[in-house]
Amino acid sequence: MDLLYFAWVRERIGLPKERYETAAATVNDLIEELRGREERYALAFSDLSALRVALDQELSEFDAPLAGVREVAFFPPMTGG
Amino acid sequence: MAIRVVVQEEPFDFGAEAEGFAAGRTDMGAVVTFTGVVRDVSGTLATMEIEHYPGMTQKALEKIATEAEARWDLGEVLVIHRYGRMGPGERIMMVATASKHRGHAFEAAEYLMDYLKSRAPFWKKESGAEGTSWVTAKDEDEDALSRW
Repeated sequence: MDLLYFAWVRERIGLPKERYETAAATVNDLIEELRGREERYALAFSDLSALRVALDQELSEFDAPLAGVREVAFFPPMTGG
Repeated sequence: MAIRVVVQEEPFDFGAEAEGFAAGRTDMGAVVTFTGVVRDVSGTLATMEIEHYPGMTQKALEKIATEAEARWDLGEVLVIHRYGRMGPGERIMMVATASKHRGHAFEAAEYLMDYLKSRAPFWKKESGAEGTSWVTAKDEDEDALSRW
């Protein structure tokens, strides 16, 4: 799948997009995996209340299943308008 | 009923957009427009940079506009939102709604703004004398959704 990062999540991780293969069942499981990769991921995912997730470009929940999902995006709460 | 959603980097011509919106329709008695402008809160803002999620932005805005259409009696809806770098006083975005009656046009415009603030994938970053920082979402913005 593709992982996309926006705003300070992108800055903290240091890249806008990466290809990542995982067997994680849910977004929460994926986050747990990512936290274990490197310090910058642990830092970016340290406070989930400050994060939002979109699955295939639809806002979603952290307990949502990942089966069939091709694009996961992580970002802070949006500030449009 | 027509929905038009535009996401672009370049400035838009507010006058021309307002003039052309619902032009020629004789069944619409009320047109409401709202414009969001880059505000220099501290007096030190140099630029505001708006990042967005290209694949999702258009769809998210269309979904919000479609929901507004389902809730109010609207003839036309327009949403324009910019991304990229802009300076204090520049227009960031506008919404326009047309309806037979003003109540629907006003409420739908407020609904669009409330949802657009916290459900459309835009992120603002401010740069100026005090450094660079991401604008944080306010609890009020999330709370505003509960009234709909």
